[in-house]
Amino acid sequence: MIRSVTQQKPEQEIDRLLKGLDRVFIIGCGTCVTLTHTGGEPEVSAMKETLTQKGKLITGTLVVPVACDNLTGEMLKEFGKQIDQADALLIMTCAFGVQNIASQLKKMVIPGLNTLFIGKETAFGEFNEICTQCGTCIIGETGGICPVTSCHKGLVNGPCGGTDNGKCEIDKNKDCAWTLIYNRLKELGRLDCMRKYQPPRNHLGEPTPGKLRIEN
Amino acid sequence: MSVKTPSKLEKILRAGHLGVTSECGPPRGSDPEAIKEKAELIRNHVDAINITDNQTSVTRLCSLASCIHLKLMGVEPVLQMVTRDRNRIALQSDILGAASFDIHNMLCLSGDHQSFGDCPQGQNVHDLDSMQLIQLVRRMRDEGKFLGGDDIKRPPKIFVGAAANPFADPFEIRVPRLAKKIAAGVEFIQTQCIYNLDKFEEWMKLARDRGLHEKVFILAGMTPMKSAGMARYMKNRVPGMDVPDEVIKRLSGVPKEKQPEEGINICVEAIQRLKEVEGVSGFHIMAIEWEEKVPEIAERSGLYPRPVVEG
Repeated sequence: MIRSVTQQKPEQEIDRLLKGLDRVFIIGCGTCVTLTHTGGEPEVSAMKETLTQKGKLITGTLVVPVACDNLTGEMLKEFGKQIDQADALLIMTCAFGVQNIASQLKKMVIPGLNTLFIGKETAFGEFNEICTQCGTCIIGETGGICPVTSCHKGLVNGPCGGTDNGKCEIDKNKDCAWTLIYNRLKELGRLDCMRKYQPPRNHLGEPTPGKLRIEN
Repeated sequence: MSVKTPSKLEKILRAGHLGVTSECGPPRGSDPEAIKEKAELIRNHVDAINITDNQTSVTRLCSLASCIHLKLMGVEPVLQMVTRDRNRIALQSDILGAASFDIHNMLCLSGDHQSFGDCPQGQNVHDLDSMQLIQLVRRMRDEGKFLGGDDIKRPPKIFVGAAANPFADPFEIRVPRLAKKIAAGVEFIQTQCIYNLDKFEEWMKLARDRGLHEKVFILAGMTPMKSAGMARYMKNRVPGMDVPDEVIKRLSGVPKEKQPEEGINICVEAIQRLKEVEGVSGFHIMAIEWEEKVPEIAERSGLYPRPVVEG
């Protein structure tokens, strides 16, 4: 399943963001951040413990099932009093959850996590970004492997000169996307795809910020 | 192949001479003297001088301005341009800027990843890749069109080059990749530094088998080693670099103070051997922070004096 992959912010950064805000309500999420161990029940409890030791008053904690879901608003209402008492909400969900909650409450929100990418758990405890949602998919010609995402330079016309024994020159732990593509196309007997010239990408395919309205 | 631009390098290559290019890295400051001094050392021994574009992703004086300094000295520059730092608007704009100073050679590269340099947290661009940049320059020159389709008044007259690395893996991809660059419009190639001559010759043979040597001028990349330490560093730390153990052994086999001389000997011998390889059209001598040795290398390799072609 595809997850929003997050990492906890460094403690010093959280301390800085919470400076002068003594009463804190902490929110976690039962979905992606529970899987990545960054904002589930145990992490929210640990955060409560840490902040209490630093002299903060924790007015309450809540782990919502799906922070980015519209129903989150209903759950927040049930905790209205504890939330009202807080100077700020420390939200240990991905940025989708943080923004969803922020839009429903008149409170300063402090993200406790950095949202890294939308990715897949490819092995136990290992997450990989496999699609950057560029809006102009070319994987029909690259054996189903996305070079826009998986190549550090996002090259669409073949590898650079830095392939190092099948690994990327900038990270020995990462496979060279174009070596993977080459091997896949070879296996499929479709090396002719490597010869195809890919024209300059259409960045208008995914204008930032993205917006889509489904026409009836 | 008829001459398409006023480039001296192009004329020399098309006349069938072995071409010789070299490169200078711009300084990490605004004093142009550094670049002029380097160019002065080698100007009589090469046909054109490449100016690197923030090589290894370390911020430096820009390639275009450095090329203009060369041009003002009467030296022919090769403008290196990487796609790492500029989007398609900036690239086209800089190409016109170069053409306005009658800079007639360009090398299209993707560029080292920013994580190697002084701004590892910087954003890379790669709006175009090197393949697309090659095609872009050719279109600007031959059709007089911007990427967006509008006409260019006084199109650039640029001889278009690119890099090739015969040593990066997978090896079997490397000649087809050269073919793809040729199809995109590249006219000359400067290769990665060559130390494994056998492998390079194998790559050249595969290129000849496809007739590619008749479609593009291949300048073999040569970088003299200053020491056994440098050779080991290149072997172990520089991705895509193939330094055979014999090279390291040979350098280690002489006393330290003799190693630079031995490095030059290795380089000269390699040029002499590769001169005989069909399809090698010249040499790109990259003496990194050792430019003063380029004249000696050129002379001992029989690449001096340089041919004179009509401007």
